Amino acid sequence: MLEIKNLHARIAEDGTEIIRGLNLTVKAGEVAAIMGPNGSGKSTLSYILSGREDYEVTEGDILYNGESILELDPAERAARGIFLAFQYPVEIPGVATMQFLKVAMNEQRKARGEAELTTPDFMRRVKEAAAELKINPDMLKRPLNVGFSGGEKKRAEILQMALLEPKLCVLDETDSGLDIDALKIVADGVNALKSPDRATIVITHYQRLLDYIVPDTVHVLYKGQIIRTGDKDLALELEANGYADIIGQAA
Amino acid sequence: MAAVQETIDQVRQIDVDQYKYGFETAIEVEKAPKGLSEEIVRFISAKKQEPEWMLEWRLDAYRRWLTMEEPTWARVDYPKIDFNDIYYYAAPKSASGPKSLDEVDPELLKTYEKLGIPLKEQEILAGVEKPRVAVDAVFDSVSVVTTFKKELAKAGVIFMSISEAVREHPELVKKYLGSVVPVTDNYYATLNSAVFTDGSFVFVPKGVRCPMELSTYFRINEKNTGQFERTLIIAEEGAYVSYLEGCTAPQRDENQLHAAVVELVALDDAEIKYSTVQNWFPGDKQGKGGIYNFVTKRGDCRGDRSKISWTQVETGSAITWKYPSCILRGDDSRGEFYSIAVSNGHQQVDSGTKMIHLGKNTSSRIISKGIAAGVSQNTYRGQVSAHRKATNARNFTQCDSLLIGDRCGAHTVPYIEAKNSSAQFEHEATTSKISEDQLFYCLQRGIPEEAAIALIVNGFVKEVIQELPMEFAVEAQKLIGISLEGSVG
Repeated sequence: MLEIKNLHARIAEDGTEIIRGLNLTVKAGEVAAIMGPNGSGKSTLSYILSGREDYEVTEGDILYNGESILELDPAERAARGIFLAFQYPVEIPGVATMQFLKVAMNEQRKARGEAELTTPDFMRRVKEAAAELKINPDMLKRPLNVGFSGGEKKRAEILQMALLEPKLCVLDETDSGLDIDALKIVADGVNALKSPDRATIVITHYQRLLDYIVPDTVHVLYKGQIIRTGDKDLALELEANGYADIIGQAA
Repeated sequence: MAAVQETIDQVRQIDVDQYKYGFETAIEVEKAPKGLSEEIVRFISAKKQEPEWMLEWRLDAYRRWLTMEEPTWARVDYPKIDFNDIYYYAAPKSASGPKSLDEVDPELLKTYEKLGIPLKEQEILAGVEKPRVAVDAVFDSVSVVTTFKKELAKAGVIFMSISEAVREHPELVKKYLGSVVPVTDNYYATLNSAVFTDGSFVFVPKGVRCPMELSTYFRINEKNTGQFERTLIIAEEGAYVSYLEGCTAPQRDENQLHAAVVELVALDDAEIKYSTVQNWFPGDKQGKGGIYNFVTKRGDCRGDRSKISWTQVETGSAITWKYPSCILRGDDSRGEFYSIAVSNGHQQVDSGTKMIHLGKNTSSRIISKGIAAGVSQNTYRGQVSAHRKATNARNFTQCDSLLIGDRCGAHTVPYIEAKNSSAQFEHEATTSKISEDQLFYCLQRGIPEEAAIALIVNGFVKEVIQELPMEFAVEAQKLIGISLEGSVG
């Protein structure tokens, strides 16, 4: 589903190279974890996958379902099924969460040439998905992410993911700022979306989240490259020994 | 007003800059000779079959105007206006005065149809769900038709063009005209007093709650023509009325002048809600053409416990110079001003309000949302003052500005003056930009850039949109979205 080939990318503004020859393949149905110390390029990778303009790809390619997406803008990528759950979800003052959901869902449908959702259909979908994530309907009336607690923000991200039904989900440090109860709810939400035609990339600093979202593959990102790939045991190894060993071996 | 929606959708397809009402109606017109003189004032007065006292009133204004200087304090910049290069009177030949709909030129009806303004009462009545709105349609210098007059009359409400009112209700006009905005108030108000052509007159008698929304739709069609609208609304003791005005004009290379005067009078316990959706042609991408919107709007809370509320959505005009104000004369009276001013391209906006607290326990509230894009300049200018007898005067002011892009400007100029120690005034102001993070977040959810900006902006103005009559709120939101098209990149 996703094939990243010898990717090099830098910050557009100052030319700092962050991704330096990254290779990664993620198959449909797979849950891939990307781990790495701070500053290794994890969040940058999520931004580049979703097409943020602040980064420039200088070499290599990203193939999504066999086609390069480098020329697509973020909205086009989203309409094709790429979803990023943000580490720091952004506040949109004055725009009710419900309204935002409706606009996002319908814009994606429009881009794919599908009919807009009827209001009853939309309401039914939102209600069901919100109940799954134990989201209080009152929260949906509040402006998106404005005054939300850390847990509410992350749940709102997963709610959007559930409703937009993406094919490639990228979760950027979704565990940060969550207590264990909130973490479980979020993990259950992500697990419920597992399907044979959907791939998930879980970016995380700690092994903790992977107790709840069990990965098929684990990749260690360091200085803009994948330096080691393994299965879920690799995450446990990292938890026990830290990154120093693996980094040492790679150097 | 689903029809407005349709119009917006239709015109969205047409790619003439951003302005969607730029078409022109081909219709035979009768015009006064170009320029301004006593002769012209007499001509207008004669056309309107006015009584002598009205003509004298106008001539007095004209003579005073000759001695006045054009004001220059606003933060707007435009070449000097040649007041002798303007037509002061233009009327469709067929419409010498308001009459029944059957007699109105079909071309005119088509124009309003295109604009989405319902003029046919039967059609409006047929639609069960549609709210009923009485409309006074003003085309250049004359009122074409006023709907639902009979039904309103049953409730005792007078709703007609000001020209008619001068003839039919001279005692009311004499009593109230110029009582809020005196003839000598300011340069443009004085000019308006001399040459005003048409506008609406509303009188809601004691204890009557006006049974429907009233609205006036202003259209400037003729080239080089100034529109000098005069509107007078009176709510007697305990009366209530909600009034909405809408404005559009064709797309032209020359600038056109719109210098209106609006006067509101609220007696004891009366309430007037006045909403404006102003979408005059703003000029093209290069800043050529567009309407100069130099307007004096003022409400007098003359009675105790009276209330006047202004809500405005300003998206059009090359230059806007307007400060809908409230004189809080009655004890316990209340004034409100809710404003959204959008400027894009080369537009210049200098708008705000004045809340003049004279009575005891008076209160006022100002919520202003300015949105600047392109190379436009957007200024909020507001005055809040408390007279020394205005004990316990209260004001809350909130001015928020949103910048889109880095070549536009937002300015806030508040004047606050309290002459007694019991007054409490609060002023809050913020300026922000649509952040890259917000935009990227929306894009990532599949919302394209322009839709994302419209969404964020509508969130920004939500507090004010809520104040509009419901049926216009949705249209106003869409209008704001359209006004900002092409504002990024």
